[in-house]
Amino acid sequence: MQWYWVAEYVPKFIDGIIITLQLLSLSIFFGMILAVPIGLVQVTGPRWLAAIARSFCTVIRGTPLLIQLWLLYYGLGSLFPLMPEIRESFLWPILRDAFPYAVLAFTLSVAGYEGEVMRGAFKGVPKGELEAARAFGMSRFKILRRIWLPRALQNVLPTLAGEFVLTLKSTPLAATITVFDVYGVGSIVRQETYRVYEPLLFVAGIYICLTAVIVVFFRWLENRVPRPA
Amino acid sequence: MSDLFANLHYLSFSDGGWGWNLLRGLASTLQIALGAYALGMFIGLFGALGKLNGSTPTRWLLEIYTTLIRAVPELVLILLLYYAGTAAINHMLESMGFRPIDISGLVAGIAVLGIVQGAYATEVIRGAMLAVPLGQIEAAQAFGMSRWKILRRITIPAMLPFALPGLSNLWLIVTKDTALLAVVGFSELALVTRQAAGSTRSYLMFFLAAACLYLCITLISNQLFRYLEKRSRRGQPELV
Repeated sequence: MQWYWVAEYVPKFIDGIIITLQLLSLSIFFGMILAVPIGLVQVTGPRWLAAIARSFCTVIRGTPLLIQLWLLYYGLGSLFPLMPEIRESFLWPILRDAFPYAVLAFTLSVAGYEGEVMRGAFKGVPKGELEAARAFGMSRFKILRRIWLPRALQNVLPTLAGEFVLTLKSTPLAATITVFDVYGVGSIVRQETYRVYEPLLFVAGIYICLTAVIVVFFRWLENRVPRPA
Repeated sequence: MSDLFANLHYLSFSDGGWGWNLLRGLASTLQIALGAYALGMFIGLFGALGKLNGSTPTRWLLEIYTTLIRAVPELVLILLLYYAGTAAINHMLESMGFRPIDISGLVAGIAVLGIVQGAYATEVIRGAMLAVPLGQIEAAQAFGMSRWKILRRITIPAMLPFALPGLSNLWLIVTKDTALLAVVGFSELALVTRQAAGSTRSYLMFFLAAACLYLCITLISNQLFRYLEKRSRRGQPELV
């Protein structure tokens, strides 16, 4: 075991950690925003919308994230250069980079898995509370905003820590499409120093620390949010 | 979009088509998934027994194993176990005076994914075993059954209904995790697809085709596990 390289690569690893955290927070943020309507229409939406949402969840949960990522990056990414409208638009510098594709893939993945969870959460809100809200003359939208959504979110809070950890553990896949997150930096170190195990162990250590931070943070957060009776 | 369908002949099974390659990739994916799942179940069963009945050091070791495996990304674990594992085995063989062996990708892949699965399976099976009413075990002991017989006749059948939902999830996870072996160069479905896509330049079509194949595995497995779950619950009250 030789660790002489660590000091030299610390700044790169810090950049990698920042990229990993950006990937994680962006995809969970947008994924949760998508997950709410996906869960909601499965409980109360018209039948065709519910069917679309359900098939979306099935497809996302039924195929490997790696394939989804490659499909978006190599598949869609190979179509865009063929379209001159996109090539000459202001979007091109963004679409040429791998990072947005990674965020998109992870966002859809979070939306698929968490949409299923949100469906259960919306269903789990006691009927009496919704009926009480209706008896008060609240409009459907107001019921959703004041009662249904907050109660459902309260129900999913304990699962959020798990979702963060799962997504964190899938972020290294982004390195296969040239995003230099923690794992990607580890690969660079392996190539430049010809050390096989030490960089991998170092990377594993970083992920364990990040996982621990997420778990502790959510434990703290859960204690601050009033528990549903 | 138009060239998506113009290149459809690349998927055919005739000359110049990649159909057979994809199916061969699918076959090795299923092989690894089945092998790793079986190994994972084996580790999980004994891991759960060790966690529930083992001595304090055993319990500590198992706790470290399941915690570490579940906190590190699968991709990192696969690389670590794949390289370190094969190197360690050859190192051991050499120090014992044997010649180093070439470990096949299939065996290494099964071992690596099996060890990862084992950590999750340990937790699932441990939880299910805790849900078996203690009275049933005590009744079996009162009948004078040996520990092994109790395990085989009472604990395992009685815990199955509790364990199956988690175990079916693990099977779906392992079929999808096989795709990660593409990164260490094992030619299963994902890597074959990538090669096919790269050499024909129709990325979108090939990745869609692979996604369909994976989806088929998932949908068929779902039906199978639904049947198994129903069967394991015979004679029990319906779940709400």
